[in-house]
Amino acid sequence: MLRLEARAESSQLMSYASPLLAIVLMMIGGLVLFYALGKDPVEGFRIFFISPLSDIYGVSELFLKATPLMLVAIGLAVGFRANVWNIGAEGQYIMGGVAASAVALYFYESEGPHILFLMVLGGGVGGMLWASVPAFLKTRFNTNEILVSLMLVYVAQLAVSWLVHGPMMDPEGFNFPQSRMFEESALLPMLIEGTRLNAAFLFALSALVVGYVFMYRSFFGFQMQVAGNAKNAARYAGFSAKKMVWIGLLAGGGMAGVAGMSEVAGPMGQITEHVSNNYGFAGIIVAFVARLNPVGIFFASLLMALLYLGGEQAQQYMNLPSSISNVFQGMLLMFLLGSDVFIKYRLTWKRG
Amino acid sequence: MNIDILESILFATIVAGTPLIIVALGQLIAERSGVLNLGAEGMMAMGAIAGFAVTFHTGNPWLGVLAGMVAGALMSLLFAVVVLTLMGNQVATGLALSIFGVGLSAFVGKPYESEILDTVAPLPIPLLADLPVIGGPLFNQQPLVYLSWAIFAGVAWFLYKSRPGLLLRAVGESPSSAHSIGYPVIRIRYMATLFGGAMAGIGGSFLSVYYTPLWVEGMVAGRGWIAIALVVFATWRPFRVIVGAYLFGGVLVAQLFVQGSGMDINIPSQFLSSLPYLATIVVLVIISRDQNTVRLNAPVSLGQPYRPDA
Repeated sequence: MLRLEARAESSQLMSYASPLLAIVLMMIGGLVLFYALGKDPVEGFRIFFISPLSDIYGVSELFLKATPLMLVAIGLAVGFRANVWNIGAEGQYIMGGVAASAVALYFYESEGPHILFLMVLGGGVGGMLWASVPAFLKTRFNTNEILVSLMLVYVAQLAVSWLVHGPMMDPEGFNFPQSRMFEESALLPMLIEGTRLNAAFLFALSALVVGYVFMYRSFFGFQMQVAGNAKNAARYAGFSAKKMVWIGLLAGGGMAGVAGMSEVAGPMGQITEHVSNNYGFAGIIVAFVARLNPVGIFFASLLMALLYLGGEQAQQYMNLPSSISNVFQGMLLMFLLGSDVFIKYRLTWKRG
Repeated sequence: MNIDILESILFATIVAGTPLIIVALGQLIAERSGVLNLGAEGMMAMGAIAGFAVTFHTGNPWLGVLAGMVAGALMSLLFAVVVLTLMGNQVATGLALSIFGVGLSAFVGKPYESEILDTVAPLPIPLLADLPVIGGPLFNQQPLVYLSWAIFAGVAWFLYKSRPGLLLRAVGESPSSAHSIGYPVIRIRYMATLFGGAMAGIGGSFLSVYYTPLWVEGMVAGRGWIAIALVVFATWRPFRVIVGAYLFGGVLVAQLFVQGSGMDINIPSQFLSSLPYLATIVVLVIISRDQNTVRLNAPVSLGQPYRPDA
């Protein structure tokens, strides 16, 4: 009989191999899914995983989609390391997008670099404000941050819906629920001519570097790591749990807000009800698949971006709903959490 | 306010509270055994689409509810394998299950998006249904409303009056002691988790088969999360789940009622729609304010993986 046997020490090798195993399992799951839908699995696989990357434009789209995911995931990873479960990045992302759009619309028909600067700032502050609600309730009333941050996602979705139907609606937009298109001065500069890849990608890279320094080189990052691994040890050492909740949630909220800004000032160029595209939830998956590690987040974001692009391709060429992306994302995370068992345990074969 | 309006508000409140009762009671049993499954939203979504699709093809709402139950249970089985057999992190796995379930339901539900089902007629209970005011709301209801009461009675009896219920609570409080006196902790947790999934599936199918007999992507709209919050609010006690669920049902109905009444008040509909979510937050704050309320009532091993050392 196959049995799980505890390893004497956690396997370093498996902690790197298990995400790869999860990716392979997800791809196999995808083949099975295509087959079950009556599509040619090999062709489906090619359209979903290969065709999005067949030219420079495709690759630039991959980096474009990975940008908000990197921002969201690096912010969340800071909190997750200390077991601060901010599940509401989706809402913080939306509010960041809203705040940035408010700046853009306020400075409509004016020029100057201060506009973009204020939009980034507004995005970060908007996200942080939204995240400060669960942080305050957690530290003051001991309220579960998972449920509060999540409830606020629904509130944020309704808030943006109200704004684009009312105060932020394009006055010349025939009553469509969307804002004006932003002017040139409120749009992020492009990095490569002929693509949509913009300067936000550089923010995301620098956020990963800053995140790395904070997590591995700062004393506070170390404290949060200890708190995540050994709560009692952290309390004994006198590390402030409240401060960690605040830092964890504000980092996640701020980065998610900047991600929201990067979307309205980037590929969208306006705000609509569909500002988010699920990036807030996908960012959680990225953070886990990456083991909360900044280098891992870089690669996991690219992978997750590929799942988005693959979904678009599948919609276009295979007539499948684009929600297939979410199915792949969920599968990936489930397989990963399952294969993590091999870090601490090994399979052995025993008779009887 | 005249009596007819009161009656219809009461009626709608009970209908709106019903899926919350069913889902929350299922989660309550799972949590009492020490398993925190944050996947209720995803399990409900799968229950909703399975229930809708089967009712649509067979014309039989009972088969639909059964299909919803099976779908929810299968989803929770997936969860159970990852967290109980493979000892995955319960918070992360539950979250993954929610994302997966919501995505998968949108995916398989695409062909059903423009379909509607026949409204299911209520099932009056003879004599009682003729009582003034409360007769209609309580006794001329959808069968699943009565079912939710039966589930409540069953769960309360099971937890407090039956031996297996005692055992379940023991497993949730101290899995290692339960194991050391020879009880199969993992098997008990599997069953509790599957029960939670089955209930979430029924709750989901109630939404798509009875409540609004159609399928729309994202129609569960956070009810799975509200049900999880309800279990905390109820401090893991079945009776308080009922009270809390009808309270929430009331909030859900009140906002629909104000929106639908055409009352001339200048409140954006989005604000009214956000009330149930804000109410959830308020309720959580009230219940968590005193640290001891939650700490003393929560199952001690909630969310912690357990592996018997063979």
